[in-house]
Amino acid sequence: MLDAAVFQGLSWNLLDDFRQLFTYPFMVNALEAGTIVAVMAGVTGWFMVLRRQAFAGHTLSVIAFPGAAAAGWAGVPLALGYFGFCGAGALVLAAIAGTRRSLGAESAAIGSLQALALALGFVFVSLSHSILTGLDSLLFGTFLGITRSQVLVLLVVAVATVAVTAFAARPLFFASVDSDVARASGVPVRLLGLGFLLVLGLSVAETSQITGALLVFALLVTPAATAHRLTPRPWLGLTLAVALALAVTWAGLALAYFSIYPVGFYVTSLSFGVYVLVRIVTR
Amino acid sequence: MFAQEFMRNALFAGTFVGLACGLVGYFVVLRAQVFAGDALSHVAFTGALGAAALGLDLLAGVFVATICGGLLIGLLGERARADDVTIGSLFAWTLGLGALFLAIFTTQRSGSGNGAAGVRVLFGSIFGLNGHDVRVSVAIALAAAVALLAIARPLLFSSLDEGVAEAQGVPVRALGLLFLALLGVVAAEATQAIGALLLLGLLAAPAGAAQRLTTRPWLGLAVSAALAVGSVWLGLTLAYVFPSIPPSSAVIGVSVAAYAVTLPSRRIVQGSIESTTR
Repeated sequence: MLDAAVFQGLSWNLLDDFRQLFTYPFMVNALEAGTIVAVMAGVTGWFMVLRRQAFAGHTLSVIAFPGAAAAGWAGVPLALGYFGFCGAGALVLAAIAGTRRSLGAESAAIGSLQALALALGFVFVSLSHSILTGLDSLLFGTFLGITRSQVLVLLVVAVATVAVTAFAARPLFFASVDSDVARASGVPVRLLGLGFLLVLGLSVAETSQITGALLVFALLVTPAATAHRLTPRPWLGLTLAVALALAVTWAGLALAYFSIYPVGFYVTSLSFGVYVLVRIVTR
Repeated sequence: MFAQEFMRNALFAGTFVGLACGLVGYFVVLRAQVFAGDALSHVAFTGALGAAALGLDLLAGVFVATICGGLLIGLLGERARADDVTIGSLFAWTLGLGALFLAIFTTQRSGSGNGAAGVRVLFGSIFGLNGHDVRVSVAIALAAAVALLAIARPLLFSSLDEGVAEAQGVPVRALGLLFLALLGVVAAEATQAIGALLLLGLLAAPAGAAQRLTTRPWLGLAVSAALAVGSVWLGLTLAYVFPSIPPSSAVIGVSVAAYAVTLPSRRIVQGSIESTTR
């Protein structure tokens, strides 16, 4: 009874359904954007989980929301707001991490930053009254209406972030696993930490344009957490994280296409389902 | 300002919400569980929208969701402390679920298709409280504050040195779970006033400031509560004077500003200690 209403246009001919996914240009754009975003989130997410910066990552992803709201209010391109705020957020987070205080004090600072960012976002949204209905899509994302030029920008930024991460992968891994030994052997640990936060900010700014500010985190943390549970080997783990992120994004987009419910729900549920399954199996 | 009934209601309820947030927040920061508070604030959002989608009482949904969420976070980890990645995966999914409930609610229940209910849950509606809401929230906040003060001593002990506390016969794990359940109650309580997304600021910022100002636990607890209540008062006044600023944003703005003011103070003290010991 429910299925008929929830899944519209889905026939029993799966091949035909599959072809239907690629008929409309908006859907092709969405699938391409999803693919780019998933690869990037898989790579940066794997390092984020390795470095135990889930809270910082979540705060960065939340900062995307005031960025978009401020850009909407000021009438500048949304992408500018996303990148500007996430870049600035990464710098502040790096400054917080640089003070090397106790864990509790550091998380208090990060939490305050996050709340401040959200409060600011809400101020911008209420100042510009008109986008109140767009608030849902800022927070929870939409895969409708992604343009060609957006996909191209996504691709350029994604190639840049993945290339930088790949270039610095070896020292970054070293610095993440044992920062003291890495520092002793001449690895610029602080610079790497700052650089990584900037890359994370970039990829969050990118991803949140598709998934919404609140759901980026699902794509960053869950596939990476699953990969870390499956293998401790870095390259295999990175590949796994990317593959998982890709799989849940594609499946989520396809499910959302045929149903009335938001893509964010499918992506988060699928990735969490895989994570729980892996946790039970590897226990 | 005090002539308006909505303002009196907001100030009265806000005082006790601030008190509860300041007290619980102090332990949240001390135990480095701010991320758990972050997770619970998102669970509150999903709980409220789930109840809305099913046509149940919003507040009841929030309380059930956050208390269950707190206990779940406690049970998932060793010694009632889950790691960040587990919490993160869990609440990322909770948010997705919240998005689903929001879609169900906006398409089926309200019919109008706007996200007004979602906005109210996310960012609070302290100026919209009526007399009954205020009495309920004051009673719950007071109960949470009293419960916390009742377990404050052993909780402080087990937060500062878990191993020694356990050896002394303090029920560390049970206390951790109880604390997370209390955190759930306070999170639900604050959701109504300042919103699911912003309550983290009232938990983390006053407590962070208090811990920079003093290392003495009881004084710190009092300072944290005082700062939280003060931020609510000043924030609500600001929102009243400048109507374009939402009240919840003003409250968070003031509390984070207070925290930012304390940032240099302790570092100067630390610097002088370091220079004298060298």
